[in-house]
Amino acid sequence: MKVLTGKVTKLPDNVNTDDIIPARYLSSMDLDAMTEHAFEDYDASLKEKVREGGIIVAGKNFGCGSSREHAVIVLKKAGLKAVIAESFARIFFRNSINQGLLALQLEGSSEPIKDGDSVKIDLERFIVENETRSSIHRLRPIPPFLLSILNEGGLVPYLKKRRGWGIEA
Amino acid sequence: MEGIGKTISEKVLSRASGKPDASAGDIVLAEIDLLMLHEITGPLAIRAFEEMGFERVWDPSKVVVVFDHNVPPSDISSASMMREMRSFVRAKGLTNFFEIGRGGIAHQLLAEKGMSAPGRLIIGADSHTCTAGGLGAFGVGVGSTEAAAVLGTGKLWLRVPETYRVIVRNRLIEPSSPKDLILEIIGEIGMEGAIYKAVEYCGEGIRSMSLDGRLTLANMSIEMSAKTGIVEPDEKVAYYIRERTGEDVELVRSDEDAVFEETFEFDASKTEPLVAVPPRIDDVKPARELGGVEIDQAFLGSCTNGRLEDLRAAARILKSNRVNPRVRMIVTPASMEVYREAMKEGLLDIFARAGAIICCPSCGPCLGMSQGVLGPEEVCVSSTNRNFVGRMGHRSSKVYLASPATVAASAITGRITDPRDIE
Repeated sequence: MKVLTGKVTKLPDNVNTDDIIPARYLSSMDLDAMTEHAFEDYDASLKEKVREGGIIVAGKNFGCGSSREHAVIVLKKAGLKAVIAESFARIFFRNSINQGLLALQLEGSSEPIKDGDSVKIDLERFIVENETRSSIHRLRPIPPFLLSILNEGGLVPYLKKRRGWGIEA
Repeated sequence: MEGIGKTISEKVLSRASGKPDASAGDIVLAEIDLLMLHEITGPLAIRAFEEMGFERVWDPSKVVVVFDHNVPPSDISSASMMREMRSFVRAKGLTNFFEIGRGGIAHQLLAEKGMSAPGRLIIGADSHTCTAGGLGAFGVGVGSTEAAAVLGTGKLWLRVPETYRVIVRNRLIEPSSPKDLILEIIGEIGMEGAIYKAVEYCGEGIRSMSLDGRLTLANMSIEMSAKTGIVEPDEKVAYYIRERTGEDVELVRSDEDAVFEETFEFDASKTEPLVAVPPRIDDVKPARELGGVEIDQAFLGSCTNGRLEDLRAAARILKSNRVNPRVRMIVTPASMEVYREAMKEGLLDIFARAGAIICCPSCGPCLGMSQGVLGPEEVCVSSTNRNFVGRMGHRSSKVYLASPATVAASAITGRITDPRDIE
């Protein structure tokens, strides 16, 4: 998982968890059925776009609002491989790592990356290469401890393997 | 950072991690004092707990399980999720389970039971866990998987946040309320303005504020994306907790030489009745500027404003008035305790006589799950905390956020109304 390529679905600032999955679908444990409702109120066409492109690039405060981890789960089930944003709401960020979904913070503005651009994410150098526009953008490195959770595929496999946190921090 | 004073967050996380020098920016592994789960995020947590291979809950006396989002269950799926939670509670011997009819909204319960106490580190699988900060606790929302991790290990990694200090000078003048003040603060700081920060509230405007009001301030800190909001605790808090638990608490406050990243000042005596215009929480305007907005529904309740003081403020306005024929008003006390007190004080009778419906303690229609979901194009003035697109129902419906007094005043006129304009 050192290099990842895909097509960008571009989203603005402050996309919230109600936008991603409305609360009226949360009274269920059928997460596949729930995924059918991803972005339903916000823009129903996004789900297909995310499935095809695999990468979201967003502005500030992505995933704000509720703590519902369902938001990350349905994005992943919809085919999202990575989400890049200028900043993340903290619970969404943690939920992403814990579900093994790459959540990467962009250094600087997301403005130069446009909807539909082809990008390559390099996780060794923490950069995103915009192949459509031949530009390179820096990503904030993920702390090693979080990277180890990501590399295990999320917090469930991480804790299962270690039977505990395995850190002193 | 040795020799420098500490903020409340630094003190709590130093104590909980056993690292006396933990300061802003550090990542610590902290021992959790209390974990809260409800029926929406809880079942996912239980499954993750099992998948992680845990069998025992780290401390069955430190886990609170509450049903509050969709109670009593309105469908088979919700009922099944509660059933799963109940069986986990029994199997693991959890001692703080609040069955329907014996609880209310989780964040209100933690306060009423004296669990949200100064200096405590409270984790909840709900974003409004920051409400605990109204009584001086460090309350943080997490997702279900981390709740599962806490269930199994009693620990969680946390980054020690930088702190924004909000100093509130002078006192609020009625009918302006803590809700108006927090809307003013969010309007100033912005909906992403406090991202990753702890927000501490202090000053005369805070000291003179009831505990109900302080819970409202802390509750809405998440709406400016803060990690948590903490109201500087005082003797009022110590008295409240002593009365409820018999225990004396230490009032954990920031040191005078603590380092705050930014300081904001507000003058509560100038705070007017305010409204957050959808779909942004920080699009805050005086109620008087929105008199042209007609409403279909008025909602009084939620973890933000469903407490006794909120019900009293609305009842004062509704006492000699009636809900407008074009409007339905829904009143949902935050807990069974609030419900009973409101009944004893005659508040529920005032609401019912005015033409409002009183629903059972729960989150109510706040997140569009039950008890007052909005149809297409409908408009609600609401004492809740989020006005996102489709938050309370159909994506074309709208939620204007306001204080209990403004909700009541608007219910009477059928349009957004400043409570000062009702007689």
